[in-house]
Amino acid sequence: MAFEVALETTPETAKITLKGELDAASAPRFKEIIEKAAVSSPARLVLFVNDLTFLASAGLRVLIFAKQKMGAGVQIYVIGSQGPVRGTLEMSGFHHSVYLQDSYGD
Amino acid sequence: MPDTSSRIDYYPTHEYQGFHLRPGHPYPFGATILSGGVNFSVFSSHATSCTLVLFDKGEPLPRVEIPFPDSFRIGNVWCMVVFDLDCESVEYGYRMDGPFEPAEGHRFDPTKILLDPYAKTVSGREIWGQDPDWQQPFPHRGRLVFEDFDWEDDRPLERPMEELVIYEMHVRSFTRHPSALVKHPGTFAGLLEKIPYLKELGINCIEMMPVYEFDEFENSRKSPTTGETLYNYWGYSTVGFFSPKAGYAATGRWGMQVDELKNVVKEIHKAGIEVILDVVFNHTAEGNEHGPTISFRGLDNKTYYMLTPEGYYFNFSGCGNTLNCNHPIVRSIVLDCLRYWAAEFHIDGFRFDLAAILGRDPWGAPLPNPPLLESLAFDPVLAKCKLIAEAWDAGGLYQVGTFPAYGRWAEWNGKYRDDVRRFVKGDPGLAGALATRLQGSPDLYGWNGRGPTASINFLTCHDGFTLLDLFSYNEKHNEKNGEENRDGANDNHSWNCGREGATEDPPVQALRRQMIKTALSILLTSRGVPMLWMGDEMGRTQEGNNNAYCLDDPTNWLDWNLTEQNRDLLRFVQLLLRHRKAHPLLRSKKHPCFHRGGFEEYPEISFHGQAPWQPDWSEESRRLACLWSGRDRQDAPAFLYFAVNAHWEGAWFALPRIPRCWHVAINTGMPAPEDIFAPGEEVLLSDQSGVFLSPRSAMFIIGK
Repeated sequence: MAFEVALETTPETAKITLKGELDAASAPRFKEIIEKAAVSSPARLVLFVNDLTFLASAGLRVLIFAKQKMGAGVQIYVIGSQGPVRGTLEMSGFHHSVYLQDSYGD
Repeated sequence: MPDTSSRIDYYPTHEYQGFHLRPGHPYPFGATILSGGVNFSVFSSHATSCTLVLFDKGEPLPRVEIPFPDSFRIGNVWCMVVFDLDCESVEYGYRMDGPFEPAEGHRFDPTKILLDPYAKTVSGREIWGQDPDWQQPFPHRGRLVFEDFDWEDDRPLERPMEELVIYEMHVRSFTRHPSALVKHPGTFAGLLEKIPYLKELGINCIEMMPVYEFDEFENSRKSPTTGETLYNYWGYSTVGFFSPKAGYAATGRWGMQVDELKNVVKEIHKAGIEVILDVVFNHTAEGNEHGPTISFRGLDNKTYYMLTPEGYYFNFSGCGNTLNCNHPIVRSIVLDCLRYWAAEFHIDGFRFDLAAILGRDPWGAPLPNPPLLESLAFDPVLAKCKLIAEAWDAGGLYQVGTFPAYGRWAEWNGKYRDDVRRFVKGDPGLAGALATRLQGSPDLYGWNGRGPTASINFLTCHDGFTLLDLFSYNEKHNEKNGEENRDGANDNHSWNCGREGATEDPPVQALRRQMIKTALSILLTSRGVPMLWMGDEMGRTQEGNNNAYCLDDPTNWLDWNLTEQNRDLLRFVQLLLRHRKAHPLLRSKKHPCFHRGGFEEYPEISFHGQAPWQPDWSEESRRLACLWSGRDRQDAPAFLYFAVNAHWEGAWFALPRIPRCWHVAINTGMPAPEDIFAPGEEVLLSDQSGVFLSPRSAMFIIGK
């Protein structure tokens, strides 16, 4: 599946939906969106990854970048991670830095 | 053109085939990600030219080969910044030109592409055991690493040395067996799932056998007896000193082995457990003149290896070559490497394989004041790291007790292992030796003020029999290794308890179980730093193989079913570790005193025989008791009496009088659960005047 990324912002929250494979080729697009999301200084960043099928090292790097870019005060939620994506988040320890949830109730 | 808007002082000055370049920084060596580019820096004192070879990930042919302009060389260092590289997908190596004059020590070969010795990850062996492309001329390629791991507030634990209980383990073996029931068997991620087990066991430090990138296919072959593939399984042959073994990471295929290992260290630290790495700086995977050219041989053979006057490789390691550790350049790379692991991976300490080699000069002679060992001991970054030497080498240098320590180095105490093994199996003439081993080996470490923490006490380790096999085999059985049983040590000081190998004979089984418990009781009540070998706490066997370095099979894999089958043994070890923790007297960093130091008029330690205060030091003595006296953590009087009867006949031991009542904590002559009582639940001794020790048993009795 081709990579797709979409951003939706409200005053408090930036929501990013990721689909497909987040690898070295697609990571720069994700990074651009993160930078765009950071402009509004949201209190919360919510990443919807239900349809993300693969997370490569390059994708993980951007997630870590997001954590650092947003600052320690911003809570990051990763929603709907499953399969290998979930495994990668756990094996790399990134799940300690964010809130992993199955769903997001707004 | 690259974006230089954010750093006006950082811009390309040169161009080569569309790649933008500028002169690089000599330090740090290796490939370093900078703003907009990557700094490549490599050293060679004898090369005449150097070329950077860049690949796209996995591609067989290079994307570009960029010769370092002569103006980019500072001294003997070639350094260059290359702009606009995709750090995720680039792979790199070097070509070095120079003389090929083996008699002079030079083996330059510009047809070879060489791995950067400072590479932070190495590709080519991402999935354990997957057949490599044997035609690939450059199989081990350097890759770049981002230092962006979120450590939160973690840092090395800095536990006092005297508090440590080390558990030596092999990452793959620990969870590869199907019975481990982990999601990713045989990996760092698998180890993560077993942290609760380690915590419950009661150890507080794991020592990982080599996790630096190595090639499991080095010298791989088919076993002539079983037909299975024999590997470089243990990994004592380094390819990349700065890179974690990709094949040990479930995420290695995606290049995330650094993240995965760092996460394991962080999580193990959260459980209060330290991580020591077994590091192999005595030789490399390049072997002798017939071995492959991977890195050092082609970069600067004469600098990195100890060479004979004819230009052949000295073989003090027994593995074909010997790293020239006391050459200043090699010293630097060892220091840089360990600092990197301590700083970036939060590693708590290092165990140096065949460390006596590190004290030899470039011609092999032992140095009285080896610069490398001194540098490591006084290095500011490594200041709180444990430094542990395997204080011997394959060239005959044996330095247990005399390893140059600088107040820092501890040693694997091979004499402890041998003396305790021999005493327990009933050899004569060892009562005196046992007495010194219980005290933390003052004969070895007292004369120069090193104390018991210099002594890593162990009965078993990866080299040699498992503890169950120690009492199940008189002879090694290494046929599976494919060397006609010639490999492995012959001086095992083992005893098979009457039958060679596995048996259904209940008395033999019971005796073996008892011997294990007796030996472990000595280990865990001795001063010094105890070390357990993976699986001994659950009765693991290697079926008599005492050198299973090449077997990727259940010989090495830890069978977790044993936790159920040998539940009583596991319980015994767990409680034994709790007893050690409960009694600071056993863990002092000082050797005990014979004249004072105990409660009131009692000495800190006294020795006893069957009659109190009368130890039998004679040649035929196989019985010894000691009384520890002092104060416990609550400052209350403490009396700990430990007796061993290694004789084949039982014996009455009259107990010394103390101003407290004797309670039995351990009696290895009793079947479970009466073999051990938890701290605080010790059983009042009905006859306070003495105890009967069964044949080949030990008792630990405390006064309260």
